[in-house]
Amino acid sequence: MRFLSSLGGALARASKFIRRDKKAAAGSIILFVLLLITAFPSWFAPDNPSAEIYTPGVGLSWSHLLGTTSFGQDVFSQLIVGTRQSVMIALIVGLLSTILSVGIGITAAYSGGMVDDALSLITDVVLVIPTFPLIIVITAYLKAASFWLMVFVLVITGWSYGARQLRVQALSLRNRDYLLAAKARGESSWYVICVELIPPMTSLIVANFLSSALYAVLMAAGLQFVGLGNINTESWGTMLYWAQNNEALSIGLPLWALAPGVAIAILGSALALLNYAFDEIANPALRPVSARRLKKAEA
Amino acid sequence: MSQPILQLRDLRVEYATPTGPALAVSGVSLDLEQGEFLAIVGESGCGKSTLLFAIAQLLTYPASLTGGTVVFDGVDLTSLSPEDLRLHRWRDISVVMQSAMNALNPTLTIGAQLADACRAHTDWDHERIAERSAEVFSMVSIDPVHLKSYPFQLSGGMRQRAMIAMALLLEPKLVIMDEPTSALDVVAQRSLMRQVETLRRELGFSVLFVTHDMSVVSHFSDRLAVMYAGEVVELGATREVFDRPQHPYSQGLMEAFPSLFGEVRPLTGIAGNPPSLVNSPPGCLFAPRCPHVMDECREWRPELVTNGTHAVRCHLINKVLRT
Amino acid sequence: MSEPILKVQSLSRQFRVGGFRSRGQLHATDEVSFEVAPGEIVALVGESGSGKSTIARVLAGLYPPTSGSIVFENKVLGRKPTRSVRGRMPMVFQDPFGSINPVLRVGHSLLRSLKLHRPDVAKSERFAEAVALLEKVGLTPGVEVLERYPHELSGGQRQRLGFAQALASRPSLILADEPVSMLDVSIRIGLLNVMKGLRDNDGVSLLYITHDLASARYVADRMIVLYAGRIVEEGLTEEVIGSPQHPYTRLLMSTAPDPRLKLTDYEGADDLGEPPKVINPGPGCRFAPRCPLVMAQCRTSTPAMVELSPTHRAACYAVEKK
Repeated sequence: MRFLSSLGGALARASKFIRRDKKAAAGSIILFVLLLITAFPSWFAPDNPSAEIYTPGVGLSWSHLLGTTSFGQDVFSQLIVGTRQSVMIALIVGLLSTILSVGIGITAAYSGGMVDDALSLITDVVLVIPTFPLIIVITAYLKAASFWLMVFVLVITGWSYGARQLRVQALSLRNRDYLLAAKARGESSWYVICVELIPPMTSLIVANFLSSALYAVLMAAGLQFVGLGNINTESWGTMLYWAQNNEALSIGLPLWALAPGVAIAILGSALALLNYAFDEIANPALRPVSARRLKKAEA
Repeated sequence: MSQPILQLRDLRVEYATPTGPALAVSGVSLDLEQGEFLAIVGESGCGKSTLLFAIAQLLTYPASLTGGTVVFDGVDLTSLSPEDLRLHRWRDISVVMQSAMNALNPTLTIGAQLADACRAHTDWDHERIAERSAEVFSMVSIDPVHLKSYPFQLSGGMRQRAMIAMALLLEPKLVIMDEPTSALDVVAQRSLMRQVETLRRELGFSVLFVTHDMSVVSHFSDRLAVMYAGEVVELGATREVFDRPQHPYSQGLMEAFPSLFGEVRPLTGIAGNPPSLVNSPPGCLFAPRCPHVMDECREWRPELVTNGTHAVRCHLINKVLRT
Repeated sequence: MSEPILKVQSLSRQFRVGGFRSRGQLHATDEVSFEVAPGEIVALVGESGSGKSTIARVLAGLYPPTSGSIVFENKVLGRKPTRSVRGRMPMVFQDPFGSINPVLRVGHSLLRSLKLHRPDVAKSERFAEAVALLEKVGLTPGVEVLERYPHELSGGQRQRLGFAQALASRPSLILADEPVSMLDVSIRIGLLNVMKGLRDNDGVSLLYITHDLASARYVADRMIVLYAGRIVEEGLTEEVIGSPQHPYTRLLMSTAPDPRLKLTDYEGADDLGEPPKVINPGPGCRFAPRCPLVMAQCRTSTPAMVELSPTHRAACYAVEKK
């Protein structure tokens, strides 16, 4: 309960902060729009993205904002409908690998000894495996990768870096006096970890979430681009795959290839902007003192 | 008497803060004679370390020098280009920082680090460097074999002495020290202070020594400047300030030391906290904590008034002087 | 004298140092025995490496002793102290900036302490109780301080908060580990006065751990001087300060900076030694390498405590001889 209420407080602080900080504001506006598109693609997409019903290879026009593909599909509709998969992959992979990183990293740091040695060894092994080739091998072996298979592969290859970072951070906090003080007060280990140890690490955890999300977006797009995703689903990666297969650039349809590329970049920058801004949220000392409290102090 | 080695005139340093500029050093003027040991004492946040940084021209954002001059050996350091400054730094002025003993690179031997400092500022050859390094190590009572040691092989006190040896490498005219003893135990503190004192007598450099604990310098400095909220509030011969402190703040500080001798009597310290340096009120900055506060103290800021060799910034003292 | 509330018997704590296969044992404290009476401030004095903080941390149950026994309020403490023992013997930490969680409000730890240790205080009364505790240690107005974040407090205020937290559990003994050493001089006295107040008004005992003899003299009833993990001298404060017997106590006395004194004839003023790290020690007095009175005997066997008065004892062959 306490944890939930402190989480609520953190969210309230975050929303207040986002309104004040330009980077955070820009990042969250972009992300919000993308989430809206994800939830309600039909509000934005004029057409069925896979319907091959238009004149192929048309450029910019009012009826086709980004032109059409060489199969006669509307690029803008494809882009809108494709948003869902990229955003979902970002959020789900980000969330799952962060949970894995936090669990493994903090357990290792807090337990120490053999547990730490074992978990660190696993982390290091996963860390040094060349990820992209591994993913290619796995997905190629399992044939046409479904959405969830792709999530699974990205999570098991993507948690290690974060776990390592969090372990180091937790180690440096482990011997802080305030954790000892909580222990000396008679708190249980669970309480110390959840209430005293994790909150000061919020910025790192959020940063971890954002960077694994970013990693997932790029990796997924990369996989789909080389044809290892399900090429019949709608996503930015598959758009790139089809554009590349049909030599979009050389047949005068640059927007077909550029649009999904730019979309990926926009999602990436939204995540990065939020990442910068979050450092300040987790650390109250970096927060500007609110005018209300200043007034109170003067009175 | 010869020209002072260092003259500060109306030095002002501001920190940019979200609520406006904070005046960390406001109008400090001091003279340091050749070979003199001047101690600057004050509590955390009084601007004493900022003052040292300003003198050594080491201020970085958010701090900036907003006024005044620092004349060292006839040259105004504030007007020098970074390259010219580099010539002066270390060769003429060296600095020993508070955490200096942790500033040593753990992966290099101490000798190698001394050699680096020499090479950066001189064109000495290998032998000359080795010779001089051994010499300064002997000066601070460390066996020169430790030039081959790594920092972790030395104790805290030895590392701090090694830092002082490094500061003396190029025979500077002025050594600036920022709380070099605060990380040491009392016994090591005392021996370090004696060492500095002996070397100063022998080599004739001047020392500007900043500390929050005035008892550390009580037996070593020639003069003592007490700083409060960015201003010098009292300046005089060390013994005089200790024996007859005049500013209520200095008096409060003296009353804050329990003693090992004499009767144990209840002490009170100084109530309250140092003021904010942003938009400070017009009156004396110590007025809110002062036991002798008068009406005029809240209205206008007293000047630093010199009477003989002793200077005090206090309306009460001025009143006594006038009558 | 009434029954002591804390009896420490031959307490030792060692740490393994060096790598995985190293046999190095750092003897942080060795065979330390002492007692604390109710309503008494006892100062544990020593330099860094004397083992004084280790003793406090073992007592606070942050790590178990290697050997020895601790009897607190007539109960032998196990390897892990129970919650009620932790409440009766809380600790105040040295670093005012490290000992308070920066992301939680000031009130958090106070309210937690009340929740854990004070079932007699109903949930609705905890807030008022916390305010009362803050005001007791001079943090006023308590209602407002409770709502602040730690970075809005000065160092002195944070340490006062530390004492308020310790008080929250109705302790009989507070372990104060260098509570003032990181504070400005003018603020220290205020805190030392808080400690005296706790003893005089609330009857709480304190174990005051410090390197500063003068402040120990100011607050403490009795004094225990440690060197390299062992007790070298103990006695009533005025006995130890008035006639220090052990050469190490004398060295400490002579180097303690005191602006009221003239700098003349400081004993051992050129001593450049520092307390050793005691790794796999042999027999002998640990101060022998620095001692001006060292004899052959000092290097081969460890001196036992010699009684100088019913309350004053020192561990030194030179003292024994006299």
